[in-house]
Amino acid sequence: MPQGSPIISIIGLTKAFGGKAVLRGIDLEIFPGESLVVLGGSGAGKSVFLKHLIGLLHPDEGHVVVDGVDITVAEPTVAIGLRKRFGMSFQEGALFDSMSVFENIAFPLRRHSGLDERGIAGQVRRCLSLVRLEGIEDRFPAELSGGMRRRVGFARAIALEPEILLFDEPTTGLDPINTAAIANVINHMRHEMKVTAVTITHDMGLAFRIADRLAMIKDGVIIAQGDPEAFRNDPDPYVQAFLKGEVPAGEEVVT
Amino acid sequence: MVAATESRDPGLVFRWLDSIGRSSVELLEELGRFFYVLTQAFLWTLRRPFDFAEWLRQMVRVGYDSMPVVLLTAMFTGMVMALQTYRGFERFHAEGYVGSVVALSLTRELAPVLTGLIVAGRVGSAIAAELGTMRVTEQIDALYAMAVEPVQYLVVPRVGASILMLPILTLVADGVGVLGGWFVSVGLFHANPVQYWHSTFQYLEVNDLTSGLIKAAFFGMILAGTGCAKGFYTTGGAEGVGRSTTAAVVMASLSILLSDFFLTKILF
Repeated sequence: MPQGSPIISIIGLTKAFGGKAVLRGIDLEIFPGESLVVLGGSGAGKSVFLKHLIGLLHPDEGHVVVDGVDITVAEPTVAIGLRKRFGMSFQEGALFDSMSVFENIAFPLRRHSGLDERGIAGQVRRCLSLVRLEGIEDRFPAELSGGMRRRVGFARAIALEPEILLFDEPTTGLDPINTAAIANVINHMRHEMKVTAVTITHDMGLAFRIADRLAMIKDGVIIAQGDPEAFRNDPDPYVQAFLKGEVPAGEEVVT
Repeated sequence: MVAATESRDPGLVFRWLDSIGRSSVELLEELGRFFYVLTQAFLWTLRRPFDFAEWLRQMVRVGYDSMPVVLLTAMFTGMVMALQTYRGFERFHAEGYVGSVVALSLTRELAPVLTGLIVAGRVGSAIAAELGTMRVTEQIDALYAMAVEPVQYLVVPRVGASILMLPILTLVADGVGVLGGWFVSVGLFHANPVQYWHSTFQYLEVNDLTSGLIKAAFFGMILAGTGCAKGFYTTGGAEGVGRSTTAAVVMASLSILLSDFFLTKILF
């Protein structure tokens, strides 16, 4: 089990969209330096959960406490300061398509780092080499493959050397080889940067490659969590069905 | 009569009321978003950092890039104004006043409104499409996650540039329009060039010019604010971006034309 006090505490997180409850009271603690993977089926509220961690969405009820500060009630300036400690990678990369790869990664540096042009160029190169992409600085997002776009997204997310990395479905739509490559890159970044990582995915291949701990969201609550070994042996039938890729017994699965 | 009323399908009335209610709520939501985005933009203008490069880029886009189409419109509007008033005024031998009428109509009304409408079509739509695309591809979320306030980075320079550039475009349109009127009067109707010039400025007051420019600044705020609000709250992928773009132009144009009346009333 993880040691010490959590870096992020999620307490009773509740969110509904247009009267439809998506999160129904999520309680979860994330510890410094660990890699937590949150699993869940399509539409289980994984993305909504992740967006609450960085304040992209505001909960109807509940709190997200990052390093002692409740971001759900923090002043805008405090919230911006906290966000600098996060790096987030989005599903399709969310790169600025009017900017080159270099400018994309330089963007947060220009806004926040105070580095000069040479320093920025050095940091961009360093970030690109951490995600194992070199020599593509001048290309534009439209010229990259899906896997490369994700990795440029990673590079941009780590540009400011954040303490916490959030990955929103980093392998959706990628083939198994690219999935393995993404998993390697995530592990490599974690090893080099000593960050806390929170990943949401339904990709079991990715999950067990990168996770120190796993949690499962179903119907807006956490139904199971634990280290990979404990998670594999969790008695919950839904967890077992998810692990084996089967339709859970006695459940109607709506896709 | 009573029997006839009772036999009518009650569902129809309900559906009718329901649709009125829904449209009213939607309209209010729309207005709410517009004013919310504008107030947010205003508040974020006052905070650092001030993104000079982005302001400049947007000012070039709104002002410089719109110049050719604004010039062309103003030139032909001035020309047709002279043409029409000349034909009318001829009937009671008031040709001498054509210059005054052209100048007054342009500065007070036609230059600001037509410039506003044209820039709404050119820039308002582009803003909605750009921000809408950024919304549906999570680029706006990415900005936020990088601790860059999206309103400050995207909305402030666009609205600010429009408010600044619309009066300048209008001022140029005023000049070119008057020139167009002069060409037609002198070239086509052989008016006395000096007398026409004199007549142009004879009844023109400073307020005619400034009221037009104030209106233009206001139209700039409307068209950029609408484009930003529409783009910012886009949902539903590529189709949603298309919807936002169309709606931005329609709403901005309507708002310009409606607010024009009230602004004119206030600014007399």
